[in-house]
Amino acid sequence: MASKKIGQATRKFTNPPIIIGTGTVVGPMEGRGPLAGDFDVVLPDLTCGEKTAEKGERKFLEQAAQIAIERSGISKDIVDYYIAGDLLNQIISASFSARQLAIPFLGVYGACSTCAMGTALGGMIIDGGFADYVLVACSSHYQTAERQFRYPIELNVQHKPTSQYTVTGAGSLVLASSGNGARVTWATTGKVIDLGIKDPCNLGAAMAPAAADTLLRHVADTGQDPDTYDLILTGDLGRVGSELFRELAKDAGLDVGNNHNDCGLMIFDCKTQRVGAGGSGCACPAVVTFGHVLREMERGKLNKILLIATGALLSPLSSQQGETIPGIGHAIVIEW
Amino acid sequence: MPETIQEVQEQTRRQKVYQQLVAERKPKPPYLRNFLVAFMTGGGICAIGQVVLGIFMERGQDISAASAPTLAIMIFLGIVLTAFGIYDEFAEFAGAGAAVPITGFANTIAASAIDFKHEGWVLGMGSKMFIIAGPVIVYGILSGVFAAFIKFITRL
Repeated sequence: MASKKIGQATRKFTNPPIIIGTGTVVGPMEGRGPLAGDFDVVLPDLTCGEKTAEKGERKFLEQAAQIAIERSGISKDIVDYYIAGDLLNQIISASFSARQLAIPFLGVYGACSTCAMGTALGGMIIDGGFADYVLVACSSHYQTAERQFRYPIELNVQHKPTSQYTVTGAGSLVLASSGNGARVTWATTGKVIDLGIKDPCNLGAAMAPAAADTLLRHVADTGQDPDTYDLILTGDLGRVGSELFRELAKDAGLDVGNNHNDCGLMIFDCKTQRVGAGGSGCACPAVVTFGHVLREMERGKLNKILLIATGALLSPLSSQQGETIPGIGHAIVIEW
Repeated sequence: MPETIQEVQEQTRRQKVYQQLVAERKPKPPYLRNFLVAFMTGGGICAIGQVVLGIFMERGQDISAASAPTLAIMIFLGIVLTAFGIYDEFAEFAGAGAAVPITGFANTIAASAIDFKHEGWVLGMGSKMFIIAGPVIVYGILSGVFAAFIKFITRL
């Protein structure tokens, strides 16, 4: 009987891994947002000095990872695993960044849930005694995501009010078996949830049920009241998805209106920046959590947070073939 | 694990309830504003085309001879505005008004060409240039064939 199983889907880390360093890189639009001061690097343009957006993305993903390693005060050579993912086909940004970093690599795809999934996996690897240091990173890019999932960048398209804006950036952290910093104490792994949403311009609606399901299972497994968290943070549900998430949680008896916020609504000034229903992409929860939220914890403003990062598991082809959009939500608890 | 009929029915019910909730909560686009703006901007572009046509006709060309240089100018405008990143900003404001041919069509080809230029002349830009415009060509020709067929039938 697996001793660290708590309920159906949650795992408790008996020796919680510690976040000893983080690195966040964002694009110019994010650098004009309300959280700009909490990011390590704000890029002056979208290509990071490279010829294409795709080349730029893998460059700044590697940059974020290097910053995290530097901030940890350890050498790259003692990092046991590099867990990374992104939105592009075959997760090329992650794989190419791994080529540069030369650390044993575990590539993962969870769409926008990657940062929480990667951190949970890294935590399990460390708590299970398989590693002392794990580097986790993920990235997304407005242009590369638009090209792949939607339309050419310069095409005449009027965006719908439910559309979200893919965050350009990369977030990274280093987990360690010992050291100083915030700790990852619990992880709840999501199941794929599909309530039949087909519209790829309304991903918030597609992902909200998965976020609600993971929240419910986390609460059922741990027996913790949602009020014990200073912040319940969803990854990128945006304005529409957040409303649906709270509604679904309320229907199941959980009122998260007081302490819920969404990374997609925090990273941009949704009133003045033209971002539709809010930010999205792997980098969205990663940079907001690893950049801003962890700094808030250092400043003493937050003690215990629950991050539920969600991913919309569609492909450019699945939508075109008339498929619905399944979602998944991975949760981690970070305590100071 | 095989699902029981009750489980399938329950899942379908949950899906319907949720989809209804989503439909209720979905923010509606400002339809009236979009219609009016599309009308004005699309009409504006056509008016510009009319002016250009008029200039060429002033020089003594008849309408069919003046059409070709007019089209060339409108296509050129569409491509230049796309290349400078202005056309998509205009389209965010104008909506369907920016999609009117010929400028809209030129934009789709230019935008696709820009996006795929780094993937090679042949397999990249060359083949993917028509990724958005292709259906316009296919269904445009098909509609023409269909219309001609109807004309033929009605003449019999």
